[in-house]
This record gives sequence, structure tokens and C-alpha cells, in this order.
Amino acid sequence: MAEKVLMKGNEAIAEAAIAAGCRHYFGYPITPQTEIAAYMAKRMPKIGGVFLQAESEVSAVNMVIGAASAGVRVMTSSSSPGISLKSEGLSYMAGCDLPALIVNVQRGGPGLGGIQPSQSDYFQATRGGGHGDYHMLVLAPNSVQEMAQLTIQGFALAEKYRMPCMLLADGTMGQMMEPVELPDSAPEMAEKPWALTGTGLSRKHNIINSLSLTPDELERWNIDRYARYAKVEADEVMYEEYLTEDADVCVVGYGIAARVARNAVNAARAKGIKAGMFRPITLWPFPKAALNKLATTCRAFISVELSMGQLIEDVELAIRCSRPVTLCNRTGGMIPSPEQVLASIEEAAAKLN
Amino acid sequence: MAVVFERPHALTDVPMHYCPGCGHGIIHRLVAEAIDSLGIEGKTIGVASVGCSVFSYNYFNTDMVQAAHGRAPAVATGVKRANPENVVFTYQGDGDLAAIGTAETVHAAARGENITIIFVNNAIYGMTGGQMAPTSLPGQITQTSPYGRDVNTVGYPVKVSEMLSQLDGAAYIERVAINNTKNIRAAAKAIKKAFTYQTEGKGFTLIEVVSTCPTNWGLTPEKAMGWLEENMLPYYPLGVYKDKYADKN
Repeated sequence: MAEKVLMKGNEAIAEAAIAAGCRHYFGYPITPQTEIAAYMAKRMPKIGGVFLQAESEVSAVNMVIGAASAGVRVMTSSSSPGISLKSEGLSYMAGCDLPALIVNVQRGGPGLGGIQPSQSDYFQATRGGGHGDYHMLVLAPNSVQEMAQLTIQGFALAEKYRMPCMLLADGTMGQMMEPVELPDSAPEMAEKPWALTGTGLSRKHNIINSLSLTPDELERWNIDRYARYAKVEADEVMYEEYLTEDADVCVVGYGIAARVARNAVNAARAKGIKAGMFRPITLWPFPKAALNKLATTCRAFISVELSMGQLIEDVELAIRCSRPVTLCNRTGGMIPSPEQVLASIEEAAAKLN
Repeated sequence: MAVVFERPHALTDVPMHYCPGCGHGIIHRLVAEAIDSLGIEGKTIGVASVGCSVFSYNYFNTDMVQAAHGRAPAVATGVKRANPENVVFTYQGDGDLAAIGTAETVHAAARGENITIIFVNNAIYGMTGGQMAPTSLPGQITQTSPYGRDVNTVGYPVKVSEMLSQLDGAAYIERVAINNTKNIRAAAKAIKKAFTYQTEGKGFTLIEVVSTCPTNWGLTPEKAMGWLEENMLPYYPLGVYKDKYADKN
């Protein structure tokens, strides 16, 4: 690890991507993630990399598809409305088994929405966004350090499983400054015998394709892909637990919401309430088993989110509705306060007595 | 015995799915011949588009990627920027290139992206069964213009070569046709020139190939050639629309 530097979240993503060996970035300006593009525009030409501002998010993601097909480590970044436009490409990427990193620094929606932080793309990220049977890896950092770390990990996971990986942040995380340490070495590049680099007249031509007009073949492709997804679910789940061992009430939140929740848990503990926090770091694969296990001891759950009740569905599914789950949320660019979360904890705790 | 005619090496030994009389067979061959004659097969990457020619990924012996509808120039851009030493081409129809993929096409040209686009204009959507294309002629009857293309309500055909030739980024734009031997030979020359320009790093090249769709035009292959000559060539005049390096050749 190098020395600690103070960086904006968006810049940390960009610098971490470079540290990860990414030399190809294709993007399109949109608030609140434009710093990533600006940073890449400045850095890439200096290190022999490619920065290209596309004519649209649609084109940017398709340039990513092209570069990923050619076997290089590649990324794009955007914010909510831009991710909607990229979703066609994400479906194709999944269908073509192409690895790439896609950053979504979420803002309020729907429609043009606002430019303030939000977590309202949770369904879109974890359920796919585009058409067809597929998943993306979805990583949710809650600090600038983790934005850097998960960016690097995201490339490695995408290549290991040949699938797109989304780093799901939000406007607050993108804009806030914190100390960050960047690693000195990049993850090793997976072997890519499938990549399009030219046959050199020495092998059969490689074809990267998501089309099959033969239903049983397409079914087989999907079943094979889901077998790979099962491996991801078994091996790659990441989460953090805080004071959950003896907790009666557990708040569940990711990203910026988890930071607020943590403060509220501390405040609740000071008041004698046994509160804890569960923070999924991978939103897909969702830490279902760990959360379900927690439900054997913890008696009430609260989903803290910057959306109108999206994460809560995964909480309920994970614990099979075995415990009451309530929603503590703000949306449209608003962030719940620790006091609001504390009030939810107190309310849930009161119902247990 | 001397071989006087054989399949180009850059084409796979796979039966094509195209309808009898379809122009794609000829155009695939011309592209493959250009690749063969320049000796670039081993470093060429093709981008297939959505439409009848989507299966071109099975027919070209080069590495191939299939793009979403209209996105081939963007995918090609990514391939080319990843490995600039590769030769990259897209093979696109008129619906793909001039309707849903207009932005990708225009901006690849504007950037002077060092790729080659083979644009097949047969004035109709083939794979979906004969709907009006951006290049369908005024009055042309299709499934979605059953009373003939009415320019007062759906506007005029897009003249792609004329339009793109206005962009500073475009290096070489030519419109050719495959209706007779003379034109096929000219088309072969143009396609080879486009690939040559790319290998010389000269920038964006596009060859518009005026072709036929006998099945969806409802004509025999022979009559389709006649329809092309009488209707398409007057609207889409053949020729070089842009050649930045014409004086230097």
C-alpha cells in the first residue's frame, strides 16, 4: 500500500481503476459522477491509456463492449438516467459473457429526477435493468477507501466470472472526501482465450455473440450462465456486521445509509437498546444466508435506504418474512438522519416488549 | 489443373442462410476478397449488426462480435481503441445504420474513427419481413407503408453517403452497387480501397452498397436487379462522395 491521500470518492474510483490496470475508459458526462470522466481525461493520455467521450451513454457502453471483446480491462461510469440508457448494453454484455466495470453514482429519480444522492436504482442494479435472464455483480461501497478497493476487486471479479460488475455508489459518496490508500499492484489479468485479437491465421475464429434462434440452445446457455451465478452466490458474498451478536433490532443498509445507521445504532446502544447493523457489501449476490441466520436471534429488522422501499424486499426475502421488517427511508435526494433511524429503532424495540 | 475460381479464405465453408438472389452473398464475397488480397485476415475483427446479416459472424473467417441494433460503429470503436493494430470493420444494413444507429454512425465518422463500414442499402428491413426503411424510396410499398411511402407524413429517405461526406472526420465515402459485373468490379475496388486506407491509418471509411432484397420486394432476383436500376440508382447516384486523399493516391 502506498501512502494515504485525501481524495474525492469519484476520483478515488478513477485512480483505483488505473491502479487496477484499466487503460480504457468510455463515458458521457452526467452529474454527479462527471469527475470520473474528467479525471480519466487528464490521466489516461499520460499513461498510454484511452479516454473517449462518447456521443451518448448508449454508445459509451457499446464501446466498452467492443473493448471488452478485445480482451482489455475496461470501464464506464454514469449516474441513474445514464445507467438506464446503458442497460441495453448491460444485457448484451451479460449475454456475451463479457467482463467490465460499470459505475453508477446514483441520483434521485425517476425520469430526469434530481442530482442529489439516492439509492433508488437498487432494483435496476440487482434485478438486471436490461432484458433477459441475467445478473451483474453489484458492489456497494460505504467509504472512499472502499470505493477504491471495490473498484479494483470489481475488475477481478468481472473477469473471473466473465460478467459485468456494477459499482453502486451514490452522489454523497462520489462527492465526499476521505483519506484513501491505493494499492501498488494490479490484480492479475485472467486468461482470455475467447478475446477478439485476430486469429493470426493460427486458430479458429472467435465469435462473441448473444444470439441463438434455437430455443434449446438458448436455454442451455442460460442454464450454464446460472450455474456460474450459483458459484458467485456461494463464494463471493460480502457483508459487514456491527454489534449484531446480541442485537434485538437490526438495521440493514448499504452505502451511505449504512453510515447513518451505524450512528443510530450507537445512539440506541447508549439508550440501552440492543441494536445492531447489517451491511450488505455485495447487493448481488445478496448475503441471504447470513441475514437469515441473524433472524434466528434478532427479532426485528429495519431497512434504511434512500429509496421508497427497494432494499426492504431483499431483507424480507432473505429472512423469509420470519421477523417484522419496517422501512426507514428518505428519497428524491434526501438522506435519513441518525435521529430518524434512532426513532425507527426505538419504535421497533418498543413493539418487542 | 489451375484453380480459376474458389471460395475466398476469409469466408468460412458454411452454407449461407440468405434468400436466393439476395445481394449479401456477393457483398460478403467482395469483403472477403479484399481481406484476402490485403493479407489481413489474421488481424481483422468484424462486427455483425442486427438484421439479415447478423449471421455474418458465422460466414467471415475473422474474429467476430455481434452488436446490438445500430451499435456496431460504437462496438467497432471499442475494439479498435483496444487494439489499434487490428483491422476493424462493421457490416450493417440500412435500418441498423441509418435509423436506429444514426448517432453511432455519424459520430464514428465525425471522430474519424479508423474503421471501415460496409453499409448495405436495399431500401427495406429484411429480417423482420419487409418494413419501411430509412432508405425506402418515396412511394415504395412495404409492410409498414402499404399505400406507398408518403413523404408528407413519414418524410424522405436518408442519403447516407451524401450526409456523411459533409463531415470533416470522414476519409473515404463511396456508393457502389452490385447490379452488374461492371458495378460489382467497382464495388470490389472501393471495398479494397477502404480497407487499405484503414491499414494506412487514414481514418473513417464507409462503402455504401446499393443492393437488392427480392424476397421483401416481392420480385424475382432478376427483376429485382431491374428495379434497383430503375428506382434506386436515380435516387442514390453511385460515385465517390468523399476522398480526403484523392490527390495523393
